[in-house]
Amino acid sequence: MSGGVDSSVAAALLAEQGHDVIGVSMRLYDASDGAQADQAGGRAFGSCCSLDDLQDARRVAAAINIPHYILDFAKQFDDLVVSNFVREYAAGRTPLPCARCNSDLKFSTLAERAEGFGAEAVATGHYARIEHDQTTGRYLLKRGLDPSKDQAYFLFSLTQAQLAHARFPVGDRPKDEVREYARRLGLPVADKPDSQEICFIPDHDYAAFVAKQAPETARDGRIVDEHGQTLGTHAGDHRFTVGQRKGLGLGDVQTAGPLYVLHLQPATGEVIVGPRASLERTTLTASGVNWIAPPPGSDERAITAQIRHRHRAATAKVRRTGETSAAVAFDTPQLAITPGQAVVFYDDDVVVGGGWID
Amino acid sequence: MRVYFDYNATTPMHAESVEAVARVSRDIFGNASSVHHFGQQAKAVLDEARSAAAMLVGGDPSEIVFTSGGTEADNFALRGAAEALEPTGRRHLVTSAIEHEAVLNTLKALARRGWETTLVPVDQTGVVSPEHVAEAVTDRTALVSVMHANNEIGTIQPVAQLAAVAHARGALFHTDAVQSAGKLPIDVRTLGVDLLAISAHKFNGPKGAGALWIKRGTRMLALLTGGKHERNRRAGTENVPAIAGLGVAARLAAVMLTSPGTEAARLTALRNRLEDDILRLVPGTAVNGARGARVPNTTNISFDRVEAESLLIALDLEGIAVSTGSACSSGTLEPSHVLRAMGFNAHRTQNSLRFSLGLFSTEAEVDRVVATLPRLVEKLRGLTQKVGSRPA
Repeated sequence: MSGGVDSSVAAALLAEQGHDVIGVSMRLYDASDGAQADQAGGRAFGSCCSLDDLQDARRVAAAINIPHYILDFAKQFDDLVVSNFVREYAAGRTPLPCARCNSDLKFSTLAERAEGFGAEAVATGHYARIEHDQTTGRYLLKRGLDPSKDQAYFLFSLTQAQLAHARFPVGDRPKDEVREYARRLGLPVADKPDSQEICFIPDHDYAAFVAKQAPETARDGRIVDEHGQTLGTHAGDHRFTVGQRKGLGLGDVQTAGPLYVLHLQPATGEVIVGPRASLERTTLTASGVNWIAPPPGSDERAITAQIRHRHRAATAKVRRTGETSAAVAFDTPQLAITPGQAVVFYDDDVVVGGGWID
Repeated sequence: MRVYFDYNATTPMHAESVEAVARVSRDIFGNASSVHHFGQQAKAVLDEARSAAAMLVGGDPSEIVFTSGGTEADNFALRGAAEALEPTGRRHLVTSAIEHEAVLNTLKALARRGWETTLVPVDQTGVVSPEHVAEAVTDRTALVSVMHANNEIGTIQPVAQLAAVAHARGALFHTDAVQSAGKLPIDVRTLGVDLLAISAHKFNGPKGAGALWIKRGTRMLALLTGGKHERNRRAGTENVPAIAGLGVAARLAAVMLTSPGTEAARLTALRNRLEDDILRLVPGTAVNGARGARVPNTTNISFDRVEAESLLIALDLEGIAVSTGSACSSGTLEPSHVLRAMGFNAHRTQNSLRFSLGLFSTEAEVDRVVATLPRLVEKLRGLTQKVGSRPA
């Protein structure tokens, strides 16, 4: 229970259905520094947003009359999610921490803790659906019913064992209905705004966060065009992501059209830029691939592939190239295929599998 | 049946104390500072409670200052004495590493404002030694503060000896008796202390009421300034109903502690059975701290290869309430600073549970806990192994 409306309603729905529900919130980063500063009279009281969210979760649990516990996962979150995020940026990639958090923390460490409390499953407020395919015996992951809220993309790396013990109670409802349900129950978070972006960087300044966590990544370097010609300099390649147009600092450079980041060369610190047309690619390879549907043989399989959260899945062929690797060929060129993001394969609204873009 | 074994956090109230709070709330609404009849009624309630509180600690009623609770009493003792002695050049404060946060964090706050501070270490018995305190105290020491009984492990500190050590160098001595008041007989003259803090809700009284006993003649600055309440020592209209509840609870506790064949003996037997059964039935368990000189109601037990947080929650889901050290502001559990100060490793500071019994604890409750614990511990240990064997 994050303190948001989705996980609150997920808990409420399960309780209403007669399940024995245990509310759990994860404390993911250490707010105690702030608390100590409060005592010293330094910082303003109550300035910590994450504490407010935990408080909201507690109020919801009280409102629906279930027990509620806050588990401290600050260390695991730092080890599994935050350090990976920083490492990926340092390697010139654009990480997807929410997917890591789902597979490595929520549906592993948290699920194991929950098992210790006697829980049969872990439910979250994700907009996705799980179906058990009687013929193959596999658990299928499907997109959430509400296409504007669908979060199946962030869940592609769940294993069969994880899916068997996962529940997404709001996945088959539109968001409006979820809010309406929360209002009807009088839940104190019914009109709380949706959370945005990455929870541990509330100000969205990823570059500053990475620079603070890993100062050595703030390497300055050259901005060059596709032909190797220097157009300018930059103060650290962690500030750039593939497809980025703003903030290049190349206002003086005369070009035919706007320039975009094409890729990053962490070895040399170079940021390669070019016109929009050069951002288009038709192929990619992926590693760390997880198959949710039965893995295909060596033949190509027609699917649709989604390369970032806000990307409309495009028709493509996927081919298995190894135990956990795959190659994808799109039917039409795609803009800004970004290393570090996930590529997720769908058959209609069923998640076939997915992996990390190389 | 829910089992409540967390009396060191707070206690259920005596029916008589509840009745006193209700009666005074309903019938005696006057301001104790008022001259008229209504004020006199309220004043009489305070006087009676003051006598009862004084009786509980062996002091004189005029030496009792009512506070909002133990934390305020500790703050008052430390800040009030430190500031009063500042002009004398005594700018050094000494306490132990196993104090309650009310003392530790107050000392830290004073350190940030220029006071020198020393934390006296403890060994694995969890008892502060007079020798260590003697090494810490100097002629510049204003105050030594060591708790009477530890809240997490229950060990009783040699307060009389420690106070003598402080006095030998001209320093004041405060003891946080929040966890001993109502559990042990207390006599401030025998202990030889200058200041002593108690809290009503730890001995079956209401929350929001406590007291600081201040030995007559001790120089103190008030923490709260304002009207002339509590003989100019603590401004603010008294919380008369809660103080009435404190008085009743203090009187009942004092009577219980002086009756032979008592509650203390009953609790000791109950606690010992719980402890012995857990040690016998659950492998990989050990008691934290010396088992000898302890308050009768407390045991703190380490469960090898178990996270206390998980065990605490699993027990709660079975209807059994216990606790670990202290919770932080978000409600998660932090490694115990007490066990850490005793020199236990990181694992042990996070695998230990406190069971604290009290007035309404029964044999049947001990049976429940003893019957439930082995199963839960075994289950959690099984999972720990699974997690440990998982490929990275």
